[in-house]
Amino acid sequence: MKKLEKKHPVWIRWFHWINFPLLALMIWSGTLIYWAYPRYATLPQTWWRAMKINNRLAEGMALHFFFMWLFLINGVLYVLYTVFSGEWRELVPNRNSFREAWQVTLHDLGIRKEAPPPRKFNGAQQIAYTGVILMGLGSLVSGLAIYKPVQFSWLTTLFFGYQGARFVHFALTIGYILFFLVHVAQVIRAGWNNFRAMVIGYEVTDVSPVIMDASPVIMDASPVINDEQQ
Amino acid sequence: MSSSDVDRELKRLTRRGFITAAVAAGAGYASWKWLRTRPRADGLAWPLRSALQANESLAEAYFSRARLSPSFRPSDVTRARLNGRLGLQSPIDLDAWRLTIAGAAEPLALTMDDIRALPRHDQITELRCIEGWSIIVKWTGVRLADLVQRYPPTELPKYIAIETPDRGYYVGLDIESALHPQTLLAYEMNGSPLALLHGAPLRLAIPVKYGIKNIKRIGTIRYTNIRPADFWAERGYDWYAGH
Repeated sequence: MKKLEKKHPVWIRWFHWINFPLLALMIWSGTLIYWAYPRYATLPQTWWRAMKINNRLAEGMALHFFFMWLFLINGVLYVLYTVFSGEWRELVPNRNSFREAWQVTLHDLGIRKEAPPPRKFNGAQQIAYTGVILMGLGSLVSGLAIYKPVQFSWLTTLFFGYQGARFVHFALTIGYILFFLVHVAQVIRAGWNNFRAMVIGYEVTDVSPVIMDASPVIMDASPVINDEQQ
Repeated sequence: MSSSDVDRELKRLTRRGFITAAVAAGAGYASWKWLRTRPRADGLAWPLRSALQANESLAEAYFSRARLSPSFRPSDVTRARLNGRLGLQSPIDLDAWRLTIAGAAEPLALTMDDIRALPRHDQITELRCIEGWSIIVKWTGVRLADLVQRYPPTELPKYIAIETPDRGYYVGLDIESALHPQTLLAYEMNGSPLALLHGAPLRLAIPVKYGIKNIKRIGTIRYTNIRPADFWAERGYDWYAGH
């Protein structure tokens, strides 16, 4: 029997979808900056020109130093929300998460038959979603080390200097792109019901008749929609 | 609740959720279009220019002359890199060169000997270009703060403007950064007299700013309370450009 189950709180959904264009803008404006000194990977000028990324350093910096505030505020509010709502309990990995993440990976690669546990977030997700927040913190701190390397020189020193901070800042960006690719692939695999839950908050679950028979009273009593408030 | 009730409820939630999402996406897109079509202030859409100025106010509030750019050892000095010939194209007679000080109690034209008479300082600091590269340089010269003290303005100005003799290049500095102890008027670079393309006879070495503020071949230093024009700030860059 079908049942609607609340999955993602409305705040989480807003933070998630607001973060998407903001991160995209930070990466794009960061690329406009990176063009001026493409130290870690050089691409042919024709490619930069085709992507219209050439000769836009000033614009890239201005955009980066504008949207950094929105990106920061959204990220901080998200973290605060997960802490105070208790949502962090679902998101932060525990001592089983790493073993489970390995099993999930094997399952997703078609090597292992057994499906991941039917929890809200499995071990692989917990590690990915907590890890990407730590990466965000890393971008914030390395970004500050690049932005104000004199007033925060102690921070820049922690990154082994200005170029070290730039390297970390760049590597984390590559990390976001990899995260995005895996994330989108997994969302496509998981299907519409899962994706829709990130938009509307609810997921359709199938309640097996066996459980129904076992506890008809509880089934009747439990509201189909667990959480009406939005 | 029956299966058809669930379907109906799901439909309602889906409609509501996706309409909200579409409206939010539309609002986001409209905001972006709005931002991209604003009139420009010195080469930037004005909201971006305002954001840079807000960031500047915050940076100035936090700025301390006591916080120094890290110093390096002589063995850390890297090969000098030449970047930018703006303001260096006109011919120059180094013997006839004078440093003009404007805005002081009386106009001044200083010789190189006048400048060398001020206390000499060495520092090995990083020059960070706004493009992203950085080099480590040993600078020798005098503190701009010492020059200001020796040839004082009538009252402490808010800004200092520095220009090449032909005004082909010019920068503006906030007074706090200008008086930072590592802000040097340099006449030697890596132990040798400044080469012409590195800014002979006198250039600015200011590690609390990006390379764009490290003006070469200084002709005029002007004390002013009006925010000075700045070559790259007129072309879309941050006026403050501070570290």
